[in-house]
Amino acid sequence: MSNQNVSSRPTGLQYFLYKSAKALKTPTPYLAFLGITLWLVTYYLLCEQWRIFPFYKVPGPLEVITEWINKDPIWGTSLFTEDYYINIWVSCRRIFIAFALATGLGVPLGLFMGWSQKFKDYAFPILELLRPIPILAWVPLAIVMFAGFETPIIYLATLASFFVTALNTMLGVESIDESYFRAAGCLGSKKHHIFLNVVVPGALPYIFTGLQISIGVAWFSLVAAEMISGDYGLGYMIMDSYMVNKYTTMVMAMLTLGFVGWITSAMVRSAGDRMMQWRERALGQGGA
Amino acid sequence: MSVGNNIVPSKGAISIRNVTKVYDPGGADVMAVDDCSLEIAAGEVCMIVGPSGCGKTTLLNAIAGFHSITEGQIDLDGEMLCGPGKQLATQGADRVVVFQNGALFPWKTLADNVAYGPVVQGLMSKADAREKAMTMLSEAGLDGVADKFPGEVSSGMARRAEIVRALINDPKVLLLDEPYRAMDALTKSIMHESLLEVYDRTKVTIFFITHDLEEAIFLGDRVVVMTTRPAKTKKIVDVKINRPRDYRLLSSEEFRLLVQETKEAVHEEAVKAFEAGERELA
Repeated sequence: MSNQNVSSRPTGLQYFLYKSAKALKTPTPYLAFLGITLWLVTYYLLCEQWRIFPFYKVPGPLEVITEWINKDPIWGTSLFTEDYYINIWVSCRRIFIAFALATGLGVPLGLFMGWSQKFKDYAFPILELLRPIPILAWVPLAIVMFAGFETPIIYLATLASFFVTALNTMLGVESIDESYFRAAGCLGSKKHHIFLNVVVPGALPYIFTGLQISIGVAWFSLVAAEMISGDYGLGYMIMDSYMVNKYTTMVMAMLTLGFVGWITSAMVRSAGDRMMQWRERALGQGGA
Repeated sequence: MSVGNNIVPSKGAISIRNVTKVYDPGGADVMAVDDCSLEIAAGEVCMIVGPSGCGKTTLLNAIAGFHSITEGQIDLDGEMLCGPGKQLATQGADRVVVFQNGALFPWKTLADNVAYGPVVQGLMSKADAREKAMTMLSEAGLDGVADKFPGEVSSGMARRAEIVRALINDPKVLLLDEPYRAMDALTKSIMHESLLEVYDRTKVTIFFITHDLEEAIFLGDRVVVMTTRPAKTKKIVDVKINRPRDYRLLSSEEFRLLVQETKEAVHEEAVKAFEAGERELA
């Protein structure tokens, strides 16, 4: 609350270190660690120690981890084999393309729908009609439309995340307080000034909430598509190992998806924090 | 506080003539303002008081160009803002509004907020506007927080910065819609002195809506009491107290009598509004 050190404000790495040091003084990281440990112990007990129904067929954590770090894996795939990385790389590349396309198309569409009632009247009904169609229902059509493996998979992941992004962006623009538009108007703004200085920054918090969901949805549809029609990728790896009863490899792929998904989500979040420092700082002040 | 200001106000005369505003005619058909006339001189501090929802803000919105009027005419320095054939005034930086809940862009620093007007109007380069913004912010005692975001400063500072953001455009009129409503009494009194200081320096015409009668008398040259909806001018109280004014005025007999006089007029209307059971019209 004091205004004494108003001019000094940590930036970049300094700010990151300050935040990390602060976080270590709260119970949050320790509770998270405890939670994960408890989960691992339960998982171990259920699947490897007691082996009770329906868990007795599930590869336990020790089994999966041993295989994962095995230089000479029993089932053929581990941290030391090339195909593991090929699968990760292929999925990540697809996600990157799909997410970039969905964001590049969805954000502008949402901005214009939120900004112009007329444009919304045209576009929104179509969006609302197509959006409820589950992404799995698009799979056959995608395969009919595009040849090969790559394009239909990217198409499906793009489609799913596009709807989420467009809708959230539109809601973001609609959430902007009318007085900011009025203020911009009476300060002499032209339309494009209002778009760049009010509509876009005002919608950013919703846009990034949308992007967080959308990257999750992209992974969901990607894996679904890869499982049905794929040559490589983590979804394919899961399906392929299931087909040949390599359950350990299957669980390894699932956990890998968890990690990779978490990292992409964190990347989106940190991009958001970077672009919305005004929000970060205001929140930071409130907590200090 | 600066003394000896010989600025003769030359701009910002508002003429409101027979203005009527009906919301949703033919539908809900709510008459917010009925045949309201008011002449505000250049450089006057005109305070508008009246019961909640009486149509004060409707008048302000008509001047600013946020809402159209149904009948009548509003002029600024002899030029029609809105009237027959042009029911909605064009928004412009000659009439800048300071909003009830504050409308500094939360995503811009105070300096960038202040620099915004001249930049979008194409009057100054970004660098020049920023430099001027810094100068004006430090004149307002805000140099230490110029690079902070609105969310990082107190509401009092934010409101002062918002007034600076308006003043950098050298407006003819400042339109204030209950800007200090949510503030505690102490912050409010600081706000009042800083606004009076700004006024003594610039002599900008001020159109100020409030519910706080002491605020109205303390700041105003005239206090216009509006009737309950539809709004008309019920009574105009002349505040013949010399400027510059300071807080000692608040305990004077002269001040108390003026507040009393205004209160009686407002109270009568408030009772009417209450009995009509009218809800506040945004």
